[in-house]
Amino acid sequence: MTLAGFTAIRPFRAPWHVRVGWLALFIYLAYATSHLELTWPRFLQGIGNGATFIGRMLPPNFERWELLLKGMAESLEMAIVASFLGIVLSLPLSVLAARNLMPAVVTWPVRMLIMLCRSFHPVIVAIIFVKAVGFGALAGIAALTVASVGFLGKLFTEAIEEISLKQIEAVRATGASFMNTIVFGVIPQVMFRFIGFSAYETDANLRNSTMVGIVGAGGIGGTLFAAFQRFDYDFVFAILLAIIALIMVGEVLQIQIKRVFKQ
Amino acid sequence: MLIIRNLSKSYVAGTPVLKDISIEIAPRGVTAIIGPSGTGKSTLVRCINLLVEPTAGEIVFEGRDIAHLRGQPLREVRRKMGMVFQEYNLVERLTVMENLLTGRLGYTSAWDSFRRRFDPADIEHAFRLLDHVGLASFANTRADRLSGGQRQRVGIARALMQKPALLLADEPTSSLDPKTSVEIMQLMCGLAEENQIPVMINMHDVELAKRFANRILGMSGGRIVYDGPPEGLDENMLKTIYGGEGWLA
Repeated sequence: MTLAGFTAIRPFRAPWHVRVGWLALFIYLAYATSHLELTWPRFLQGIGNGATFIGRMLPPNFERWELLLKGMAESLEMAIVASFLGIVLSLPLSVLAARNLMPAVVTWPVRMLIMLCRSFHPVIVAIIFVKAVGFGALAGIAALTVASVGFLGKLFTEAIEEISLKQIEAVRATGASFMNTIVFGVIPQVMFRFIGFSAYETDANLRNSTMVGIVGAGGIGGTLFAAFQRFDYDFVFAILLAIIALIMVGEVLQIQIKRVFKQ
Repeated sequence: MLIIRNLSKSYVAGTPVLKDISIEIAPRGVTAIIGPSGTGKSTLVRCINLLVEPTAGEIVFEGRDIAHLRGQPLREVRRKMGMVFQEYNLVERLTVMENLLTGRLGYTSAWDSFRRRFDPADIEHAFRLLDHVGLASFANTRADRLSGGQRQRVGIARALMQKPALLLADEPTSSLDPKTSVEIMQLMCGLAEENQIPVMINMHDVELAKRFANRILGMSGGRIVYDGPPEGLDENMLKTIYGGEGWLA
């Protein structure tokens, strides 16, 4: 018995296509960097500008606190209303999209609709709604609702598809109607996950509601954008601090909601 | 009471699980179906309340053929058949009381059940049944906190909440220890006798079947090969039903 045949083979040698892959990546990176004019002097100059910018942000200026508060309140209202609408719309849609409850003729179109809602970033959807219904909170609420349906619709559907069918079978065996089976067989199994998802989506809406204003869809984002354009960097900083505070409050609330509904 | 004529079921076309089964169930008494795994015992029981739709044949319940019912008429028939499951199939996240009231869903609108507005008479009935199965103090306990034996007691109470005309049981004791198995069989057959309901049980345990049933159906290869009293079930018959003989001590 000889092992002579194996000595010629070097272990751990990268196959040729892996080498080619790495080479291609480096060539592309070099091309992209040169193409985008990423040069060292520009970077140094940018750092200088950044320092000036931060200098002008400090200290934060809360003089126009009424404007700030109005924008924040509008963002909060948009987030809450859009989350509520998103949850209410996602509940029936997820039942219709669940492949263990509905035939394919029903699930496919509903799945397409949910996927469509998730295809675009809320800001892009907001631009469309601003064009459709005009500037203001209505466009923002519509955009955030669409985003919520895209996200919650998918998560709710997946939760429903993972339930135990044995429990459903027992409920059906009692002569319960479809709606009764949903109420006593499906909802108890998915309720707690739905609450978790909804709290998470409300948190996401809170963040997005501060952003859609940049394209004119209401909320603090509009105020922020205007302050940027007028070089009121100290006011910009005040707005950023307020947004951070809002997100932190949202985080605490989310934790509390999950704790109350735990298990 | 219940007449099954020429019942066949194939999940895959051409490979029938049940082959031309005809039986008649009397309005009283316990019928046990025994036979090796995969012989269609479960399918037979599920065909009766149409959780599985038969491929061919008739199921005559209270004087009419129900084999191809759908929608509301099907639900009305199911309301009259209680079912007890091997793995209890309780809704885990609901309380014991809610699980019992599941047995009344056939008579309750979804809006009412959503708000937990059940007929006070049903709730009273549920408390009486809970007392009967020895779980009176567990009404507000969530089902996932119960032991196997307790769960099956809830399962039996849920089936009886329907005030059924027929009680079906699919291996009700296969997940339980021997002592609890006997207790569950005693409880189920006792309550059925008390309420004058016929029972159809499919089970693995031949001794338990002989002890509680007054009629045994032996199934093999999708057919009924024995139909008679427990006393007639001798070694030869068991060989016919289960095949081989090495397992017979």
